[in-house]
Amino acid sequence: MSAYLLLVPVAAVLFLNLPHFRLATRIALAVAGVVCVAQGLAALLVSEARWASAVPPALDPSRLLAVSFPVDALARVMLLAIALVGLCAVLMARYVREDRECAFRFANLLLLAVAGMNGIVLARDLFTLYVFLEITAVASLVLIVIERGRPAFEGAFKYLVLSAVATSLLLAGLALLLIVSGSTSFEAAAAGLRAAQGSKLGLVAVALVLTGLAIKAGVVPFHGWLPDAYASAPAPTSVLLAGVVTKTTGVYTLVRVVDSVIGYPAHVRHVLLAIGLLSIVGGGLAALGQRDLKRLLAYSSVSQVGYILLGLGAGPGLGVAGAVLHLFNHAVFKSLLFVNATAVERETGERDLQRLGGLQARMPVTGATSILATLSTAGLPPFAGFWSKLLIVVALWRGGHAATAAAAVVLSVLTLAYLLRLQRRVFFGPLAAPLAKASEADRWALAPALLLAAITVGIGLAAPWLFHTFLLPVESIL
Amino acid sequence: MSHVTGAVLALLALTALWTIQTSILRAAIGLAITSALVSVVVFQMGAPLAAVFELSVCAGLITVVFAATISLTRPLDEAGKARCSVRRKRRFSPLFFVAAAIGALLWASGYALEVAAPAAAAGTATSRDLLWSARRLDLVGQLVILFVGVFGVVVLFKERDEEKAEEVAR
Repeated sequence: MSAYLLLVPVAAVLFLNLPHFRLATRIALAVAGVVCVAQGLAALLVSEARWASAVPPALDPSRLLAVSFPVDALARVMLLAIALVGLCAVLMARYVREDRECAFRFANLLLLAVAGMNGIVLARDLFTLYVFLEITAVASLVLIVIERGRPAFEGAFKYLVLSAVATSLLLAGLALLLIVSGSTSFEAAAAGLRAAQGSKLGLVAVALVLTGLAIKAGVVPFHGWLPDAYASAPAPTSVLLAGVVTKTTGVYTLVRVVDSVIGYPAHVRHVLLAIGLLSIVGGGLAALGQRDLKRLLAYSSVSQVGYILLGLGAGPGLGVAGAVLHLFNHAVFKSLLFVNATAVERETGERDLQRLGGLQARMPVTGATSILATLSTAGLPPFAGFWSKLLIVVALWRGGHAATAAAAVVLSVLTLAYLLRLQRRVFFGPLAAPLAKASEADRWALAPALLLAAITVGIGLAAPWLFHTFLLPVESIL
Repeated sequence: MSHVTGAVLALLALTALWTIQTSILRAAIGLAITSALVSVVVFQMGAPLAAVFELSVCAGLITVVFAATISLTRPLDEAGKARCSVRRKRRFSPLFFVAAAIGALLWASGYALEVAAPAAAAGTATSRDLLWSARRLDLVGQLVILFVGVFGVVVLFKERDEEKAEEVAR
């Protein structure tokens, strides 16, 4: 049944591109939205046993693909994040696009990117993982340049080059793992690495795979492409990229590969902790110095991914559960911040923090939801970000990394500093004269903002329930 | 080395030479054929899994390179094409002779690569089994990559044509 997660988005694209189907340009965004809503509901409501259950042979898509995918709790969390952010990107596309043809192209590419990301989440084979990483990369590349223009080309070029380097490293690592284990399936590769413990070939393979995935995740020192790609992409693409594409292709894949293939040897954990801390500090300091709203948020992403790596570096169990929760939370609050940044840019024509100010009175809903996202990102109770950071810090403490845990807590102040600066520059203070005519965004921008804000607050308030239904199963699996 | 392998290797050298065209389309096609021939050689060497991977990777990679290059470059005018063509031929043509000389030397010396293939890669599975049974999902994935690439190229070409039409109208 899980094969529907790959086939439905692709089938939707084929449906939209039927010859002489003139209605397609009108309904493309609606179709993409319906696919995302259906996926979100399925991720929330269908149990793991039901995912694995067979459907009547005539309706069974796994016959076509010759494979059936297990959907565990971690996969369900990611499928939900993909659906949620995909839906928000669709709504933002409706908000910013007047040209139906452009919206049609966006909807098609978004559906293909969703199919690619679903494949990444479901894959249990390293080569299959690579294939779906490529699908997502190609779709994302075209999504970045869809509106053309020099900045978009520059961002896309950096994305392309770094993505190609990451792919080459991944493939090289995969080839070495194939030599070590004789197969590319997760189980065989893990068994091969365990058997070849201490071998130089295995070590080089792990180093190549980790470096490739670190580039895809955009962590320090491999983050060069990320601010340009986020800042130069059209607004709905920025929401998709920042919210879920880099999280799935880089961070989720890292979590899955470390957990299912590489394991948690001490040297891998130390590397993850070091890169995590470096990203939190490097991304945070860079965010403090930004004048461009979207670039500031991009550097904030680099910093927050650092926390996810800290959770992963803390080891299996609580650390990984915290990392997964922060991965989901980050998808939610970073999408919310990008939705709000888009609304501000669209209503004022400005992204320069020096020229913005006092918009709270003109855009009260955007301002209020932005504050919620800020507080959640900084890890203040009772919002979602507080619980995920708490889990990560406790896992670090329990794992004997007291100094790293303390650093993680202290560095939350850095997050608060650059996001409060953003709030002050954009929403507080006197209204800048050129912005006198600015008004609140329309319902297409407010709907995703309110939805994401409600989730941020809801996760915070329902954390104990979520801990038992989603996170403990994740912990038990990992 | 059998005559078939020799012929495939010679063809490989020719198609590799063909990839240094000024036309992006021809270069992409040349790269695709080169990769397909490399797959044939690897398959003949008894590594069907590696052959399938080569075929899969080249399909994805070519699409990425093709879509990206078209989106990030501007087509050359006729004078530029002629200039580039001469420069490329001068720069890359010696490579063909160098490769041919190395190949002839290796063949004459009776040198053979004796690298132990991984267990699964040296298995008895046929390429048909690998493609349609073991790696069918990857194959479907590659088709989707091609579809995304083609879709991207169509989108970007359409935009470019529209821009040209606007320029002409002005």
